[in-house]
Amino acid sequence: MLDYARWKYMLVAAVLLFALLFALPNVFGDDRALQVARKDRGPVTTDQMAAIDSVLKANGVGYNRIYLDKGNVMLRFDTDTEQLKARDVVKDEKNGLTKDYVNAMSFASRAPRWLQALGLRAMPLGLDLRGGLYLLYQVDVDGAVAKLIESYDQDFRRTLNTEKLPFIDINTLTIDSDIPNGLRVLLPANADTAAVRAALKKIQPDLACRDAVVAQGAAVDCVLTLQQVRERRDFAITSNIVTLRNRVNTLGVSEPIVQRQGADRIVVQLPGVQNSAEVKDILGKVATLEYRLVDPRPIPANGRAPIGAKIYDHVEGGVVRGKVMLKRDIIVTGNQLINATATSGQSGPEVQITLDSAGGEEMLKTTRANVGKPMGVVFVEQRRETTEVNGKQVTRDIKEERVINVATIQGVFGNRFQTTGLSMNEARELSLLLRGGALTANISIANERTVTATLGEKNIKDGVNALIIGMAALFVFMIIYYQLFGVVADLVLVANVVVLTALLSTVVPTALTLPGIAGIILTVGMAVDANVLIYERIREELRNGVSPQAAIKAGFEKAFSAIADSNVTTFIAGVVLFVFGTGAIKGFAIVLSLGILTSMFTSLMGSRALLTLMFGGKRKVKTLPIG
Amino acid sequence: MEFFHKKTSFPFMATRKVWYALSIILMVVSFASFYFRGLNFAIDFTGGVAVEATFPKDVRTDEVRDAIAAAGFHEPQVSYLGSSRNVNISMQATGQTAEQIRPLFLKALGKLDPAVQITQLDVVGPQVGDELRTSAIQSIAVTLFLIGVYIFIRFHTWRLSVGAIFAVLHDPILVLGAFSVTQTKFDLAVVAAILAVIGYSLNDTVIVFDRIRETFERNRRQASDVTLDQAINQTLSRTIMTKVVTSIVVVALLLLGGETLRGFSEALLIGIVAGTYSSIYISSAIALSFGLKAEHVFPSVRKDPIDELP
Repeated sequence: MLDYARWKYMLVAAVLLFALLFALPNVFGDDRALQVARKDRGPVTTDQMAAIDSVLKANGVGYNRIYLDKGNVMLRFDTDTEQLKARDVVKDEKNGLTKDYVNAMSFASRAPRWLQALGLRAMPLGLDLRGGLYLLYQVDVDGAVAKLIESYDQDFRRTLNTEKLPFIDINTLTIDSDIPNGLRVLLPANADTAAVRAALKKIQPDLACRDAVVAQGAAVDCVLTLQQVRERRDFAITSNIVTLRNRVNTLGVSEPIVQRQGADRIVVQLPGVQNSAEVKDILGKVATLEYRLVDPRPIPANGRAPIGAKIYDHVEGGVVRGKVMLKRDIIVTGNQLINATATSGQSGPEVQITLDSAGGEEMLKTTRANVGKPMGVVFVEQRRETTEVNGKQVTRDIKEERVINVATIQGVFGNRFQTTGLSMNEARELSLLLRGGALTANISIANERTVTATLGEKNIKDGVNALIIGMAALFVFMIIYYQLFGVVADLVLVANVVVLTALLSTVVPTALTLPGIAGIILTVGMAVDANVLIYERIREELRNGVSPQAAIKAGFEKAFSAIADSNVTTFIAGVVLFVFGTGAIKGFAIVLSLGILTSMFTSLMGSRALLTLMFGGKRKVKTLPIG
Repeated sequence: MEFFHKKTSFPFMATRKVWYALSIILMVVSFASFYFRGLNFAIDFTGGVAVEATFPKDVRTDEVRDAIAAAGFHEPQVSYLGSSRNVNISMQATGQTAEQIRPLFLKALGKLDPAVQITQLDVVGPQVGDELRTSAIQSIAVTLFLIGVYIFIRFHTWRLSVGAIFAVLHDPILVLGAFSVTQTKFDLAVVAAILAVIGYSLNDTVIVFDRIRETFERNRRQASDVTLDQAINQTLSRTIMTKVVTSIVVVALLLLGGETLRGFSEALLIGIVAGTYSSIYISSAIALSFGLKAEHVFPSVRKDPIDELP
């Protein structure tokens, strides 16, 4: 007799039901859309939306729908020409919207609201299918380490001079490393090395120093540990990622990706972006920080700063907090910042800041005279903008400044201090901003790739066509070869694609790329293989004179170990690809690995459930329609 | 419908020297081609500039080449992409960024036809290419090692591991050989395809091994070569059927998938053919040549109660 446990039926049914629901958003496709957001990141009010609407209407823009979505205005269009027209209207300085708003061209799902409310989404499309700009930045991580060593060098010289400890010279040192990772302080032969070490320890407690023997006399070696070098490199990467991410957000591109890749690279993917010059201007901005004292005078009503002061927008954690007036004298700049980390200290979350010794000295001098007074941090971004005026290229430098934090000086401090009174999120945000303003490493573009939207559309059409036609041919062939069992196999294959799509859409959102489509096709091949293995076993059993029901049962049992072994080995290949691969290869690996799991599930459980439903139970089956 | 309605009994093992010879010849040709011709690496690996342009009407590759060379670029290589209106131009890195190159190309190609469009522009630094090559080789090596370990654990004998690894090495070498002989562009997608080929080929090999173990279990006293022949013949129908079906999809990909997927699908197709060949003729034969016997395969007793099935 052929039967199958009830819970297995239930499991198969439940998985298929969820898969259908999760895969559903992919059916509806996308509208062309334009997202309009306020420059200060505040939410757009309905009145403001009405104002934007009237500008668009006055310029004859025909949109499909206008509504507020998460504080931004969303416009949907039927055609890309209308979308472009709307974009130009919003961008045109004549219409007065550029001052307060930024816009982004994007896509908006046509899926009904209840689906979106459930958080279900369609598979995002990769750059090769949608068009856009791909930039791979190379971060000079070794340069960041060198800069740190250099700042220690200066610190050491200053300290030894002020402590009146004579030294001959300070040289860089390379120990068990491919780049300089330490300093050697050369001392006169009779020098008190312990005193030197103590002095150095005082300014840089993290640095391990020990005596060394050299031909010229005595010496003290201070070397960064491997861990410290690694941290420094990571700091260079993360600080750049933060800055790039912030800038990408001001571009207003929908679904941008800013990711670390490997040891020293950052990938930026901007779907839909075609004008790369403008983008690179913005991404190539230089950011710095300035610590200044708050000017105690009231801000004049006319908004004009008195002599020796400057008025800034105060934007903290993305929230506008009005204006703040700071003194013109700069205490410390971002170049002097060595590290900024968010931690939870005794009085709640805080940002720990480390300056180099010159910065520390300035800070000490200032705080000594100003305990109890507030101090502000200004975030300065400079970029170069190239525009065309009367057919000539005109370059101008644009400087954007805002105050990101104001805190009261609680006591006298030098090169290490904390900013407290923040929530954990604020602390994290502030530390990231500070890092972004610390110029820790140079970045350069190692690889860039632009794909036009038309090529993207062609790619996806070709890929999907190939998939559909290939599968159709395969379906027909399976039915010819295995008759009714072939129909079952085809249903199982469809189920496999549905489950895989569901996983890739919402559970493990993976941008669909061309290699990804290829991965889906490969998965279909694996799923077919599992079915063929089972059916060939069933045929073999029938040939040996086994009864139909027993043949089905034996077919599944005997094919199991072969299917499992062969899928595990391919899965190994998929995982290795995922670990070693980058970009598109990684996407392919995700699809392949997940596809193996789904094809195992649908071929072994789904097909068994279906066949048992058809031929199982107590009925008498004389022959099987297996060809 | 069935490919082999009667039980087949091809003497694979008795004729194995012939198949070894064929494989050795093919591999020698592949290696010779690597040595003398090398692979036609795409800029993914070498670094450089690649531009895809679409003209409103047909163009000749030599006039495109001349136009680009006239603009001061060194040794541009021009080839058609799917139609004679789409061209792919690649050249050594020039040290310029994409934004510097784009207007120069537009100007140069615009002389042929002002309505030309640049659909894709890649600039890859040489260092990126180097790393890709290392990571591709690393991933293939790690995959092979892990698979060898897995087979050793599952089948309890190094003889089958060696057979499988050899078969698995055999297939990518032939794919690479074919890419070298035809000088087809070797890009990242081809690496993905080769890894998939390794997976597929292994899949086949493992399924034959599985059957070998089963046949040994049924009849321990039977001579090894007879057992291996039986196992391969019994799985023949499945092996061929699966390959035909997978090939249908891959052929669709090759014909309809567009230029971007061409190298990928070619590598897959060659790999599937090579993989089928190696799993039928080579992998088990090698295990036999290393003296595979029944007692190597199953120190454990098999039990297959229905409840342990998914």
